[in-house]
Amino acid sequence: MPAFLLKRFMQSIVLLVIVSIIGFVVLNLIPGGPLAQYALDPGMTEADKARLAEQLGLNRPILVQYFDWAWRLLQGDWGTSFRDGNSVLSVIGRHVLATFLLMGSSTAIAIGIGTWIGIRGATHRYSIFDYAATVGAMVALSIPTFWFGLIGIYVFALRLGWLPAGNMYTIGDGSVLDYLHHLIMPSVVLALVHIAIWSRYMRTATLDAISQEFVKTARAKGVTERRVLMKHVVGCALLPMITLAGVQLPSLLTGALVTETVFTWPGMGRLFLDSLGYSDYPVVMGLLMFSAILTIVGNLIADIAVALIDPRIRLA
Amino acid sequence: MTAKIQTVDKPDVALSVRGLTVKLPKGMERAHAVENISFDLHRGQILCVIGESGSGKSVTANTIMGILPKAIDITGGSIQLEGREIVGMGPEALRSLRGRVVSMIFQDPLSALNPLMTVGAQIDEAMQAHGVGTSTSRRERGIELLTEVGLPDPELMYHQYPFRLSGGQRQRVMIAMALALEPTILIADEPTTALDVTTQAQILELIREIQRRKGMSVLFITHDFGVVAEIADEVVVMEKGHVVEQGSASAVLTEPTHPYTQRLIAAVPHLTGVDRVALQTENTDPILKVEGLVKTYHSGSRIFGTHRVVPAVRNVSLELAPGQTLGVVGESGSGKSSLGRLLVKLMDADGGKILFDGTDIAPLHEAKFRPLRQKVQMIFQDPFASLNPRMTIGRILTVGPVAHGMAVAKARDEARALLDHVGLDSRAFDRYPHEFSGGQRQRIGIARALMFKPKLLIADEAVSALDVSIQAQILQLLDRIQRETGVSMIFITHDLRVASQICDRIAVMQKGQVVEQGPPSQIFLDPQSAYTRELVAAIPGEQPASSGPVAVDF
Repeated sequence: MPAFLLKRFMQSIVLLVIVSIIGFVVLNLIPGGPLAQYALDPGMTEADKARLAEQLGLNRPILVQYFDWAWRLLQGDWGTSFRDGNSVLSVIGRHVLATFLLMGSSTAIAIGIGTWIGIRGATHRYSIFDYAATVGAMVALSIPTFWFGLIGIYVFALRLGWLPAGNMYTIGDGSVLDYLHHLIMPSVVLALVHIAIWSRYMRTATLDAISQEFVKTARAKGVTERRVLMKHVVGCALLPMITLAGVQLPSLLTGALVTETVFTWPGMGRLFLDSLGYSDYPVVMGLLMFSAILTIVGNLIADIAVALIDPRIRLA
Repeated sequence: MTAKIQTVDKPDVALSVRGLTVKLPKGMERAHAVENISFDLHRGQILCVIGESGSGKSVTANTIMGILPKAIDITGGSIQLEGREIVGMGPEALRSLRGRVVSMIFQDPLSALNPLMTVGAQIDEAMQAHGVGTSTSRRERGIELLTEVGLPDPELMYHQYPFRLSGGQRQRVMIAMALALEPTILIADEPTTALDVTTQAQILELIREIQRRKGMSVLFITHDFGVVAEIADEVVVMEKGHVVEQGSASAVLTEPTHPYTQRLIAAVPHLTGVDRVALQTENTDPILKVEGLVKTYHSGSRIFGTHRVVPAVRNVSLELAPGQTLGVVGESGSGKSSLGRLLVKLMDADGGKILFDGTDIAPLHEAKFRPLRQKVQMIFQDPFASLNPRMTIGRILTVGPVAHGMAVAKARDEARALLDHVGLDSRAFDRYPHEFSGGQRQRIGIARALMFKPKLLIADEAVSALDVSIQAQILQLLDRIQRETGVSMIFITHDLRVASQICDRIAVMQKGQVVEQGPPSQIFLDPQSAYTRELVAAIPGEQPASSGPVAVDF
């Protein structure tokens, strides 16, 4: 296990370096660079811009800028936001909880409902339920998240008035119930596509498990159908799902970006889009690195979890 | 349910099947999995149900256990289990019988055990399912059972996961599990088919010993007449869903009355201690000479200290004369398949020489070996997996020679001629692999190898996946081809009976080494090494007979 962790740690470092280089280069390829937005201000002279560039260290060669940034990052200094002068880490910190809340609740919904649909689809294969689930998954997968969001706002907020159209809480309220009320629509919308993916994978994994010999053995022992399904079939089918959860993490982050924008949810996704709009590159780079680390850690946890549950796997 | 059911009320009958008919779903190759079958399992006896694949023997077992797939229905007949009629019984009532009154063990003991649960937990579950005992008493019983089936260190074994156990140990665990609630009937579905011959002998011995000690009744399903001869009291022979013959083991084995049984018994490869009449060739220089061949597998990482070394082939030396067959026999893990892969250079040796027709091919790079590759061809074990399902038979046969520069028209003509030669209709040319049976596919595999006019054929378990009657035909085909073309053959197999049929010389491998080499007469009648003696003794239902090789005299 320690050897495995060390190896994975080293692989992760390499991966993070590559991600950071790509991010840095792409950002610098955008026309106008970080100072583009100041050009819109008519009171801004060329001399002002040069002074600003000097101040922010933007007049140095890109390689120097990269190494300077990377070196600071290693020391725990993720840079300072161009927009409001706060440190990048504190800016991200202000938004991270909102995103985690959204991702956490929608993951819970997706896994709960998706797993159930998958198991039922497998045990009742070719039933009306199974066909409906298949069609439903196709629909959920082929329609973009923002469209679901807009339809949801139109129906449940504008027409029916059951749910708020956006934001995380009502100003002046902020009770737990108020938070939950606001959480329902974005987390369900974000979960939709993941329910579709989970249910399809779970159906396949369950079908694989059902046809295993040891399921027959369990029946031959006189184990009840319920326990055969829950212990032997589902227990075995859930293993590949753990890996899937790790792999799905980035797409959950991407989905959160869209969902947060549609529902004006004050999370990392909206911060990312806003920061791009303001050319707030330190924050954009910070978010990029944060997401990359999150993804790597998520997958690492998934691998370790699988190894802990499956005695056949030894991490090496 | 129109068939008139005679109720059997004999106290000495543990299980009575009368007029049982089980329907298959529409679109299968036949309407019924089993049709109107009847037999009795007498108390304290072992009844063997024997048949080839598709005979309906496993369906019969699953029907008695009440674990048929939903798509398959019982449409008629009666099954009396300890006097109780179980056809038409509710699922909960059936469940309460399973494991308690009747238990089952399966063919592949690895896949039959849940990989995520310890051995102990799985034995415990068998008792818990019927609400027997407390967790402490079940644990004690579990360890007692593991001791009873002869597993070493039962306390430790109880906490092990199945993947840590050997095949034989896993089957012992399965047996322990089946015995947990002292059922009166045990159904064994090919329990030794996936095991090595020495392990098979031990498991058969264990089943027989337990059956006698507990007075259990055993329904034993097998395709192997050797196994039948070893343990059966009574025999039921099945063909295509029908019982064609039944009677006492000695009667069925020695005086079979039904033609199918006669054919089946005639096809069983018998161990022969008579050497094959070798093919005379002008050139007697060895076609293949292997000297000190070595292959070691490495796994894990040196840096992190997880490095593991497995010597697969250790200092192996062999010689093969033109037109002769060398058998390489051994149990799983003996290195026989690794040796085969080395000889066709599917992987490179770590040391030693492979002199093929005088040239050392061991150090040759792929580019240099490629022209020679045509001369060394392989026949694979699984005729289902070794043919590309999306290519026609014609394409499968011609693609290789064409790649080596043969004209397409010529290749097509030769392919048609070869299909005819291996006993297939030349119209097979335009068809796809899935349209053929296992035996036909193996003929296609042989034709494919012959397209190159090889000097050496390497057959890796080439008949192991086939039913005995088909097996005998394929062995005869190989023998005929060898006599016609003078091709040399290396025949890798785990089955000593098969090896004795077709080989001029046999090399016995154990743990990567050749422990003994010689003609069949020596290997089977006068084995020199202790391991060979052990192997020969373990062959079920055999004493070396004096009959000649079946494959030759036809």
